[in-house]
Amino acid sequence: MKLIIAIIKPFKLDEVKEALAAAGVEGMTVTEVKGFGRQKGHTEIYRGSEYTVDFLPKVKLELAVSDDTAAKAVAAITAAAKTGKIGDGKIFVMPLEEVIRIRTDERGDTAI
Amino acid sequence: MKSSFIKLGRLFGCLLALGLASTLVRAADAAPAAAATPAAPAATPKKPEPTLEQRVADLEAYVTNSDPSGPLKDDKGKVPDGLVTATSAVAGPGHNAWMMTSAALVLFMTLPGLALFYGGLVRKKNVLSVLAQCLGCAGLVTILWWAFGYSFVFAGGDGAGPIIGDFGKYAFLKGVDSVPNGDYGYWVSQNVFSMYQMMFAIITPALIVGAIAERMKFSAIMLFIGLWMVVVYFPLAHMVWGIKGYMNGVWNADAAIKAIDFAGGTVVHMSSGWSALILCMILGPRLGFGKEKMAPHSMVLCMVGTGMLWVGWYGFNAGSAIAADGVAANAYMTTTLATAVACFAWGVIEKLHRGHASILGFCSGAVAGLVVITPACGFVNATGAIIIGLLAAAVPYIFVTFVKAKFGYDDALDTFGVHAVGGTMGALATGFLATADVNANLNTNLKDIVGKTLWIEQVKAIGVTLVLAVVGTLIIAYIVKATIGLRPTEDVERQGLDINEHGEEGYVL
Repeated sequence: MKLIIAIIKPFKLDEVKEALAAAGVEGMTVTEVKGFGRQKGHTEIYRGSEYTVDFLPKVKLELAVSDDTAAKAVAAITAAAKTGKIGDGKIFVMPLEEVIRIRTDERGDTAI
Repeated sequence: MKSSFIKLGRLFGCLLALGLASTLVRAADAAPAAAATPAAPAATPKKPEPTLEQRVADLEAYVTNSDPSGPLKDDKGKVPDGLVTATSAVAGPGHNAWMMTSAALVLFMTLPGLALFYGGLVRKKNVLSVLAQCLGCAGLVTILWWAFGYSFVFAGGDGAGPIIGDFGKYAFLKGVDSVPNGDYGYWVSQNVFSMYQMMFAIITPALIVGAIAERMKFSAIMLFIGLWMVVVYFPLAHMVWGIKGYMNGVWNADAAIKAIDFAGGTVVHMSSGWSALILCMILGPRLGFGKEKMAPHSMVLCMVGTGMLWVGWYGFNAGSAIAADGVAANAYMTTTLATAVACFAWGVIEKLHRGHASILGFCSGAVAGLVVITPACGFVNATGAIIIGLLAAAVPYIFVTFVKAKFGYDDALDTFGVHAVGGTMGALATGFLATADVNANLNTNLKDIVGKTLWIEQVKAIGVTLVLAVVGTLIIAYIVKATIGLRPTEDVERQGLDINEHGEEGYVL
């Protein structure tokens, strides 16, 4: 099992969600986050005062998938979230030790 | 806790004493009238009847906003005893209706227009402090206006001089009833006129709040404003608008400085703007100024407030005709033109200079346009208004962008850059652009200088206003600093004024 964390541009969320559903992913957790990478921040000007805003708004997706689905899920996110411009985001994939469904106490792939 | 109750007790004591004093003044006045009554019925002279011509002429005076006693005067220029028509000593309904509407519009500029315009521009931990300061101004200034403010500013008569009005005449608004005061408006009830002018007295000190936002104690602001009204505003408003005023060029033939100011370029915007600069320099910058991000917390509130200011300003400018007449109509048009042009031009300048036309840019341009057209609106034509609109965008833009950065004073919300600079420029521009074509009142006392040397008189008025505002503020600010202190503690300032000074939060999530 894998845990996939993806940081994407907020306006791409709907496309990514649909692409993941098509790839067989049945659940995910979404958070609004702020951060920066190579895109860096931007400046805001209020009359004479100029402020640098380092952190840009992004959306973070977290999804647990079976080993079989992982590659398809990563491909779906990459295809749907890509604009080709700097700031498209990152995908982190990591091994997942255990998954437990609280309602039934199921464990492993069946709990995903 | 105990000491605050004592303070509260003292405050109410003061108010009670003021109220008592006003009753005594009334009683003293009533006494001679009562004594004189029994003699009256003895000789009843035949009451003169107005002719039909006189009655028609009086009705025409209502339509033309002129003196209804004019048609009643005899060869010697006096109204015969007892000669009255149905329109004598009553308000004209149309003019009165417009002035009551205007008064409400000017109050709307402060509550909530200015409060939201400024409130959106501060950080969210201080939004309520700005709202509280605007409400505080409304309450405090109303009490001062009732007690002696109106008297000091607008009372004419023998006790009035060029610098200050006759305190005894209208103190505690004694005798200020629905009968018009012909010195200021033939057809507007004096109580309406008084309330209308009070709204100007409320918004003027509220404008100062912008420069010192986020870092001055509420008590210190209220004390400062109370003293400032007495030392700076009341004398200045009397000098410019009082019938015997030192700088009332339009109506006072004996004015030493024959300047004109239609709706308050000197009285409202120069006085508040220059005082704001001095006060913000004495106060010092906000903690973290220049190092921390101090961006506006809500441009939405700021824009909503700006829209209210623009709408309310029709009462401020067109209402300053003190009638629903042609002069008001012209002021209505010039106010719209100058404001819209300045709003758009500021956006364009920003787009060219910085790459974005921002909401704050449009809002700043609109307010600057309103400020600069204020002294001119009843005296200039459409072309003059467009010129003023362009100037209003360009010059304050330079001040808030370059001059402020160069000198480093923390005029938090640009009261100086917009109101002092705009007010001063407007007063000067009025000197060059005023024309009797749109306002025949300029022919009464100023026929020889309009279009010629009027601008020199304007420069003199600017000088007097500047000195009074700067010196007055210097003295008052140091008095407040030495007595109760100007600033809250560092902890309070960092945590925000809202929870510490007012015990509330603007946004609870």
